[in-house]
Amino acid sequence: MSKIAKAFENKKAFIPFLTVGDPNGDKTVEFVLEMERAGADLVELGIPFSDPTAEGVVIQNANIRALSGGMKLSGVFEVVRKIREKTQIPLVFLTYLNPVFHYGYEAFFAKCRELGVDGMICPDLPYEERDEVADIAKKYDVDLIALIAPTSEERIQMIAKEASGYIYIVSSMGVTGVRSKITTDLGKIVSAIRQVTDVPCAIGFGISTPQQAKEMAEIADGAIVGSAIVKIIAQYGEKAAPHVYEYVKLMKEAL
Amino acid sequence: MSRGRYGIHGGQYISETLMNELIKLEKQYEFYKKDPEFNAELTKLLNEYAGRPSLLYYAEKMTKDLGGAKIYLKREDLNHTGSHKINNVLGQALMAKKMGKTRIIAETGAGQHGVATATAAALLGLECEIYMGKEDTDRQALNVYRMELLGAKVHSVTSGTMTLKDAVNETMREWSSRVDDTLYVLGSVMGPHPFPMIVRDFQSVISREAKQQILEKEGKLPAAVVACVGGGSNAMGMFYNFIEDKEVKLIGCEAAGRGIDTKETAATISTGRLGVFHGMKSYFCQDEDGQIAPVYSISAGLDYPGIGPEHAYLHDIGRAQYVPVTDDEAVDAFEYLARTEGIICAVESAHAVAHVRKIAGSMSKEDSIIVCLSGRGDKDVAAIARYRGVEIYE
Repeated sequence: MSKIAKAFENKKAFIPFLTVGDPNGDKTVEFVLEMERAGADLVELGIPFSDPTAEGVVIQNANIRALSGGMKLSGVFEVVRKIREKTQIPLVFLTYLNPVFHYGYEAFFAKCRELGVDGMICPDLPYEERDEVADIAKKYDVDLIALIAPTSEERIQMIAKEASGYIYIVSSMGVTGVRSKITTDLGKIVSAIRQVTDVPCAIGFGISTPQQAKEMAEIADGAIVGSAIVKIIAQYGEKAAPHVYEYVKLMKEAL
Repeated sequence: MSRGRYGIHGGQYISETLMNELIKLEKQYEFYKKDPEFNAELTKLLNEYAGRPSLLYYAEKMTKDLGGAKIYLKREDLNHTGSHKINNVLGQALMAKKMGKTRIIAETGAGQHGVATATAAALLGLECEIYMGKEDTDRQALNVYRMELLGAKVHSVTSGTMTLKDAVNETMREWSSRVDDTLYVLGSVMGPHPFPMIVRDFQSVISREAKQQILEKEGKLPAAVVACVGGGSNAMGMFYNFIEDKEVKLIGCEAAGRGIDTKETAATISTGRLGVFHGMKSYFCQDEDGQIAPVYSISAGLDYPGIGPEHAYLHDIGRAQYVPVTDDEAVDAFEYLARTEGIICAVESAHAVAHVRKIAGSMSKEDSIIVCLSGRGDKDVAAIARYRGVEIYE
């Protein structure tokens, strides 16, 4: 069984996200370890990018903080290496395609395997373009995490059939960011997915409260939380670790 | 591989949220493209509202002064709203209306595309919101007010470098939050498929007319056609119907800013590398880590770190040539055209004029060059004055 599959085994998964290098690389290592201690089942690591078009203001600003702090792709790999010295928690990169393309697909996925990164989410690589990296990712045992959106409709099953690792269900229209209400019929999306695959489904975008996380985990196999955590990191900076710990613990317990 | 490829370029590198909308848009476009009623309406708008066909003007004084090939100016600056942008906007806005959309949104750099979009929205009774980098709302304040006069809401974008690329980011973000009633009227031959194709087709009216006009005037095809290139919509429109005519040189003029050996440049073909951004594979100015580079040009309309995928392809196969033109050269050409022909062109278009000044003299007097004068320069007068050290504000 893959590490990602284990994150969902007999439990609802809580999946926190942060941007690598916000506020610096060493703090990212510390925050990830705190998240694990608080009960996180898998961590999504955002590779900072100059133009994160799928992100709302909160994560955009985290990208800016990381890049202006000098975080490079080589620095991201170094952070992962340090995390892996301490823990085997499943790790998934969230990255826009250009930094990966620029580094070279073969080299990038080889690096993922070498470092023990289990998957990759790419918001600007839809189903139609996945062939660009799918075989290479597979060769290096990196799961390409598929995204399904409220607008996916008849595309849901086509995407789900090819999915591996987990399926990232985008809860709402628009970009990442905290929302007071999630109105998409997510149950319908999950049951369409269930007809064609057993790959676990996690819901993300807009989740910030324990109540929301609980509702999402009832519909699916896990909840993904990004902006709410990045907000805590923005607020407390280098001193965010205990606050991140408390928040993740609260969210995990709600599942 | 996905649809919408130009060699290795193009594609649909976009969020899943927008995929179905792009697929629908392509289907709708394929339908309307062949729909006689749509085409009749669009032609009527282009001819009776936008003022097409645009003139092909023989620049006799400039020709004599440069002493070589005959120079013709394709006067897109004389279109309603003052640039070629209206050609595409009328097509897309009319399509939006037919598709049952009630709202259009768009990015703008210099403000030309924003003004054109706001104009079409006013005419066709659509809601309109425009995204414009703060840097540009500052340097093109008059165009902001113009859009507001036309009933559009203008958002000043403060993320990233606060220029055209950030305006595109923000418009994409907005579109992904609201697709049901909204069409993104993209202003250039860029972005995910089908936009590069749709915008090219609507802009190809430029070369369709120009080809007929030059044959009437000269009895033969031009030796070269020249246009400025940011994303590349006027250039694609100017090139398109000449691509098959191999004897016609296609020359795109990129904004070199302070020079291609400096960091203050927007010359994508000269300084960029292959990448994936804004929904397409193409050439982009980027750093050693694949971060999109901040670019610079005096011209807000060319201040973009990428180039449309079909241009990237024409470059790859050697069918078109892309040359850098600096701020200095463009400003000189801006002033030169004003004094020589009495035409104040957009500083974007002045990049093309600048290159013609370099090449016309060494060409045969029997040959002709067509320059796409993509826009008029009223919007640039204050900026040019400041460039020359004269403190005029709009």
